[in-house]
Amino acid sequence: MSMPFYVAPEQVMKDRADYARKGIARGRSLAAVVYDEGILVCAENPSSTLRKISEIYDRIAFAGVGKYNEFDQLRIAGVRHADLKGFSYSREDVDARSLANAYAQILGQIFTHEMKPMEVEILVAEIGATPEDDELYHILYDGTVMDESDYSVLGGDADAIDDRLDESWEPGLSLVDALGVAAAALAGPDRHLTATDLEAAVLERASTRRAFRRIERDEIADLLPEPPPDDEDADGEAGTATTDGEAADGEPAGS
Amino acid sequence: MAPSTGMPADRLSAVTLPFYLPQDDPGPDFAALVRRTGLEPPAITADVGDRFDLTHATTCVAVRYADGVLMAGDRRATSGNFISHRAIEKVFPADRHSGVCIAGAAGPAMEMVKLFQLQLEHYEKVEGAALSLEGKANQLSQMVRSNLPAAMQGMAVVPLFAGYDLRRGAGRLFQYDVTGGRYEESNHASTGSGSLHAGTVVKLGFREGLDRGAVIDLALNSLFQAADEDSATGGPDLIRRIFPVVATITEAGFQRVGDDEIAERFIRIVEQLELIEAPSLRVPETTTEVDHGERGGDVR
Repeated sequence: MSMPFYVAPEQVMKDRADYARKGIARGRSLAAVVYDEGILVCAENPSSTLRKISEIYDRIAFAGVGKYNEFDQLRIAGVRHADLKGFSYSREDVDARSLANAYAQILGQIFTHEMKPMEVEILVAEIGATPEDDELYHILYDGTVMDESDYSVLGGDADAIDDRLDESWEPGLSLVDALGVAAAALAGPDRHLTATDLEAAVLERASTRRAFRRIERDEIADLLPEPPPDDEDADGEAGTATTDGEAADGEPAGS
Repeated sequence: MAPSTGMPADRLSAVTLPFYLPQDDPGPDFAALVRRTGLEPPAITADVGDRFDLTHATTCVAVRYADGVLMAGDRRATSGNFISHRAIEKVFPADRHSGVCIAGAAGPAMEMVKLFQLQLEHYEKVEGAALSLEGKANQLSQMVRSNLPAAMQGMAVVPLFAGYDLRRGAGRLFQYDVTGGRYEESNHASTGSGSLHAGTVVKLGFREGLDRGAVIDLALNSLFQAADEDSATGGPDLIRRIFPVVATITEAGFQRVGDDEIAERFIRIVEQLELIEAPSLRVPETTTEVDHGERGGDVR
């Protein structure tokens, strides 16, 4: 039997954290924004079938960035946790805080005890009766839980996006404004994101039961603000507002 | 994380998040998950039905119409000869585009509906897409089938399932028997103690392409007639304003018809029935109470 080399615990943890952070940074980011009638979650995601944002329960949504198979596994475990809890107690007893704690437990356990940490960051959002009651739990790869308010950013580029949202976010945004703010913050100053680059979903405060609603690509295209002037006709609705001749100057509609 | 790291399942049982190795994963099946976690209530094996007067729910009908399908159920539950509930509900949404109504032992029936609703919602959330209408009908069939041992103890549950099939663009309805047998009906179906009378009224009044108002009136009429003939079916309770539960399932989804509208329609139906029944109302003479007045009690 060979003896393993001694490695200082600090070094082990640091290596694992670096590994997880690098994995997360390879993917694209995601932002959740509180608006006047709910919570909008908006992710940069070119796929329209492999989702980053999904429904957990009546008033709870899930979002993840990083390695898809890992956060999807967490998502399914969350759905099971919530549905089993609602089945054995009552639908009112299912809450985001308890789910966030369960996620933190398992991520922490895997981070310290397993060979490889999960390369994910996840968000558990619960819509409340008023914007003050909304809950946003941001959970890191090592089980760190952050209780955030107003908005939350996940992903490798989170700091820069967070700074942009800090400037543009304000209380009582409409859905259109919230989507504009989130898309602009995700894009940064040098890029412009169109409907085909984005995935979005909302938790609607007024809903009596299942508050989660996916915003499909067509609707995102309608809600997104006009692109900047130098990039005219670049988004999906170009063909509706302009004549054929003008549309032909820019990129084709829907590109 | 269990699959990729080979984490043993028992180590994860300490946390409340249900994680499974790929070979143990119950997939989108909520009933299997409930069994796996040990939350399933123990099956009833004693002959409960013979020893106690269990609460039973009664008559429901489902009728296809122009926009989709309608479901309606009376509000009475009985335990033997007693009326145990006046305002029980037997028509439930199964999910956005389907509904289920129940007749039979109320306890197992309510539990079945709850599990069925969760099963559909759980599947939709885990898989990211809803089951087809056919798939939902099959799921319910398996649940009725698994209730067979309880049915043998006097706790039969016989549901109706109806929904709007988004792929076909039409309303569809299914009836079941206690063995889980699933029978799709083309136009209408009924279940419960008053199903014979309610079903006959619906059968006679059914036409292709009924509109919403006509189909609601037909269903209310059928339940009224069932209540008239069957003691376990409740009629409209005008004193407490308790009316049958009626729901339409169309492309727009499951929508319960408001009590005010039901009340209004019922009052109109009662007025029409009065016109038919009242002029011919004649109480038969009895032979036990002899009137010694004018006729002198003679038998002529």
